[in-house]
Amino acid sequence: MFSWFGKVSFVPYTKVQDFAVKLKDGYLMGSRCKECGYQTFPPRADCPECMSGEFELVEYSGKGTLFTYTRIDAAPTGFDDIVPYTIAVVDMEGGGRALGWFGDTIPEEEIEIGMEIQVVPRIFEDTEDIRVYYSMEKPGTTWSKAPEPHLG
Amino acid sequence: MTRVGVVGVGHGKFGRRSDATVQELAFEAFRAAMQDAGIQRNRLDASVIAAVPEYHKQRSVAGVIQEYLNLNPLPTWLTEVACSSGSAAIRTAWMAIQSGLHKVVAVVGAQKMTEMDTATILALMGRVGEVQWESVFGTTFPGYYAMFATRHMHVYGTTREQLAQVAVKNHHYGAQNPNALFQKEITVEKALASDPVATPFCVYDCCANADGAAVLILAAEEEAKAIAGDRTVWLDGVGCATSSMSVLRRPDLTGLPSAEQAAKQAYGQAGVSAADVKVAEVHDCFTVAELIAYEDLGFCDKGGGGAYISDKQAYIGGSTPVNVDGGLKAKGHPIGATGVSMAYEIVNQLRGDCGARQVPDADVGLTHNVGGIGQYCFVHLFRRD
Repeated sequence: MFSWFGKVSFVPYTKVQDFAVKLKDGYLMGSRCKECGYQTFPPRADCPECMSGEFELVEYSGKGTLFTYTRIDAAPTGFDDIVPYTIAVVDMEGGGRALGWFGDTIPEEEIEIGMEIQVVPRIFEDTEDIRVYYSMEKPGTTWSKAPEPHLG
Repeated sequence: MTRVGVVGVGHGKFGRRSDATVQELAFEAFRAAMQDAGIQRNRLDASVIAAVPEYHKQRSVAGVIQEYLNLNPLPTWLTEVACSSGSAAIRTAWMAIQSGLHKVVAVVGAQKMTEMDTATILALMGRVGEVQWESVFGTTFPGYYAMFATRHMHVYGTTREQLAQVAVKNHHYGAQNPNALFQKEITVEKALASDPVATPFCVYDCCANADGAAVLILAAEEEAKAIAGDRTVWLDGVGCATSSMSVLRRPDLTGLPSAEQAAKQAYGQAGVSAADVKVAEVHDCFTVAELIAYEDLGFCDKGGGGAYISDKQAYIGGSTPVNVDGGLKAKGHPIGATGVSMAYEIVNQLRGDCGARQVPDADVGLTHNVGGIGQYCFVHLFRRD
């Protein structure tokens, strides 16, 4: 299921694969260690603090602030059809950071470090298979409604 | 503890070397280093080879290099930590000598990067970041350092022009280095007018892939004195540290924690401070990386990197001259060879052999070799007695 995540997938299997399923349903999930409570985004199965392997996915609000960004003009394989695109790193409410693209609610000239961001689950519309990601949007942007899973 | 000395150095021409295989490139630098040391192969105990395997069609490239240098049956092993593989080879050779296992070791950094077609390079480029959470958004190597630059400009007021000034300086010195890929001066205006890569970077903010090789011969104290006498350059500090693979796990994107820690270790081992360093080679894969290095190494305060280049403190005659061989920017960056190439320049500077590019009274020199975006960093301190 984790191969659903991203425009190009390099990692089909992971212990946190439910992240991609939840993202398809419109939920953004981080992880929490069941032993010591360490919480982070992106989620990880094994606690870096207490070494426990007992974890649960927890829902994130998606609220955050912009930490840094860059507009990519020279793209790698698999991304040449969307160039140029602007990548953001966002400090997340709840702990951790997210890296992803700016969506259309934030024009390039309005991008400013420290601005408030809503991280929104997304589904690529024009692909045969399910492909999910998240985008960086203006606060208040509603989460996209997940369509029915593609059959066939 | 014994000291470890550099007794021989060799360097080939960096660039698009369509005329040679990787082992032929290695041989050029090896021959030069052995001639420089004035020894025969029977004085060597082992070799350490630095190369990043994914660029070569030949699998297990150390084997073909070891054979072509005619070093069988001596032991060899490969070191790989991305762009800092060369310094990892120097560090492991230093360890092998300190352990007493080997006395005289050849360190061979070699890389052939231009055999790949553009499609393969673009595909590789898409996997430089953490592939689970970052590469899925089309991150690139320039893009990562660009996000450092965005942050550095925001926090410290560093300007686009100051970034370009790093490229101008390194092209200035590269123009005087016959081993460099680019031997032409550039201007700030030309740098700023080049094609965009990842904002704020244009083409002239980025170093170029290249083919090339460099070799050092390291020896234990007694052997070094016998082979090179007073010309020995001592490797007195070997610092090494790591930082997270992911930019999402870094506390701050205005410096490299691995570089700060590696520098602290190396200064401590060698018993010197930043102010004692007369000449430095730093990892300028992108212009901002050199500014950050000034700060991480303590040549200036945090945030002072922009002023350091504007005030020409990194030129010969300034406070600590940096990359006076042209750096990665002008020399080109054959990733396995780069760390060894840095040491080559420092050894020549400390010997006083650099002609027009010679830094006066150079007795302590430093190399700063970064793998990736600081996932690995090696800081080495060299001294001439």
